[in-house]
Amino acid sequence: MTEHPRDITATSPRYDVAVVGAGPAGLAAAVTAAEAGCRVVLVDAGQQPGGQYWRHPDETAPRGDESLGHHDWSTFAGLRTRLHGLVRRQRITYLPRRQVWFVQRPSTGDEPPAHTLHLTTAYAGADGGDDGPDAVTGDAVILCPGGYDRQLPIPGWDLPGVMAAGGVQALLKGHRTVAGRRAIVAGTGPFLLPVATGLAQAGADVVAVCEAGSITGWSRDPLAAAAVPGKGREALEYATALIRHRIPYRQRTAITAIRGTDTVQSVELSRLDREGRIRKQAGTVDVDLVALGWGFTPSLELVTATGAATRKDIDDSLVAVVDEEQRATVPGIYVAGEATGVGGAVLAVAEGELAGLITARDQRAAVSQESVRALQKRITRHRRFAAAMHTAHPVPRHWHDWLHPETTVCRCEEVSYQQVCGARDDLGAGDARTVKLMARPGMGWCQGRVCGFASAKLAAAREGRALTADDLRPTAKQPFAAPISLEQLAEGPQHE
Amino acid sequence: MSPAQQHGTPDAATTEPERFEVVFDGRPLPAIAGQSVGSVLTDAGIRSWRTTRTQLRPRGLFCGIGVCYECLITVDGEPNQRACLVPARPGMALSSTVLGNGPFDTAGETDD
Repeated sequence: MTEHPRDITATSPRYDVAVVGAGPAGLAAAVTAAEAGCRVVLVDAGQQPGGQYWRHPDETAPRGDESLGHHDWSTFAGLRTRLHGLVRRQRITYLPRRQVWFVQRPSTGDEPPAHTLHLTTAYAGADGGDDGPDAVTGDAVILCPGGYDRQLPIPGWDLPGVMAAGGVQALLKGHRTVAGRRAIVAGTGPFLLPVATGLAQAGADVVAVCEAGSITGWSRDPLAAAAVPGKGREALEYATALIRHRIPYRQRTAITAIRGTDTVQSVELSRLDREGRIRKQAGTVDVDLVALGWGFTPSLELVTATGAATRKDIDDSLVAVVDEEQRATVPGIYVAGEATGVGGAVLAVAEGELAGLITARDQRAAVSQESVRALQKRITRHRRFAAAMHTAHPVPRHWHDWLHPETTVCRCEEVSYQQVCGARDDLGAGDARTVKLMARPGMGWCQGRVCGFASAKLAAAREGRALTADDLRPTAKQPFAAPISLEQLAEGPQHE
Repeated sequence: MSPAQQHGTPDAATTEPERFEVVFDGRPLPAIAGQSVGSVLTDAGIRSWRTTRTQLRPRGLFCGIGVCYECLITVDGEPNQRACLVPARPGMALSSTVLGNGPFDTAGETDD
């Protein structure tokens, strides 16, 4: 992109495989590739391995049983032990607390097609003053960026005390912090259950779980659920815990307004019809914590930064297009985990392992074809399960009927529903990108990670058409994948 | 091995983590080693530490995992740090950002 595009790569350490993300997919990818003989660098934004799914208290300052609130902890413990061993033997260079802010593509004709990842610290001083590299180059790059809670704006959702369900869970799993005393958990999908039971086990009074969908949706593909018996056991455990803690599980029910002045005081519940329209009011409940989640949004910034193709998945998420061996459409780029389609940790581990094996094989390591096939089978089974889950827990089609004109859609730039609608009705913006340019939702600090999905849905709904991948792409495509200082930019890939 | 490559190995679960204080707008708050700033504030019952720049609405933790940037806070004079990610350290000075100064223009504003 400048006259000296390759200069920095001359100084950035080069690896056979660079893995981004140390959650279920990234950990599995890194240890698998390293054990197959590759020199691996593992870059992660977290303090310690595990990602969001296996978030746990600081390992240097343990807080009792670190596996508290986790399901397949032994899988993580195994991966972590392998990681430690490979780091000791210098097969893996592990770089925690770092975010990739820029992906430098290979020059035309480069073989292998190596990408350089430019790094910034997750917070000021996060590198502890070490001389960690500002960039690393991978002959192959495996992107395992994971995802985060998908959100829908609802009246009052910007009040303190309203949190993403995953954020409430992160406080519990990472810090043993209970974010409120009297909580309600709402949205859609099975992830609401561990959040509710986790809060209750930590001593909070959980007044209800509000599921906008209905679990009868699962009966549409019972074989998919039967194919993954572990998930059935998990669901049963949560159901038992809900009963034990006397937490009502209210289906086809949503929080349609949140009230309070400087902090949340109460929520208004509504019964929904199949399409998500409000059928009738279902009362007001006093709470001091609201945990919201509507499935997950995969982090796609790094995937789009490589120029790899994306598509709209069954749950309306933008995801990477990958082949049966986790290859993206750009040579040298592999993707595993939620970024190929939201499907949970077991699937992510299988995809990570497969990506690790394939990158090793693509670099001429001997890899068992039997292992590859076994992983592909497991992936297919879990994909089917994920599809059944997404079908049973859709975002309510008429969710936007709950909004008031003044409801905040973009929390960063404080753009109201009225302003988003005005961009279309008064200014003629017919797609999400034009709405973003005119009304500015998604232009703030988070760059649309929180409101991007909702803004895309609103733009499509105003036009009376279905959501398309093009509605979702403007949010996923960022010039920089993480905020950086002007100083870093000046020293960055352009002028080294 | 560079410090970047070092990472914690679980000690015996019986070890008690270190306890210390941080200071939020002049007020001491108890903290435990390994806690994030956001976790320390939440444990103290503090839910917001900045206001938005146009409507002056209170903001605190939302996504809790570094995605939404709602929990920005000034840490030891360094503005715009994500409270959900920054680990608490003994004696750390945390300051709220209110009075309409948004997250983009807090440079040099450390009033404690």
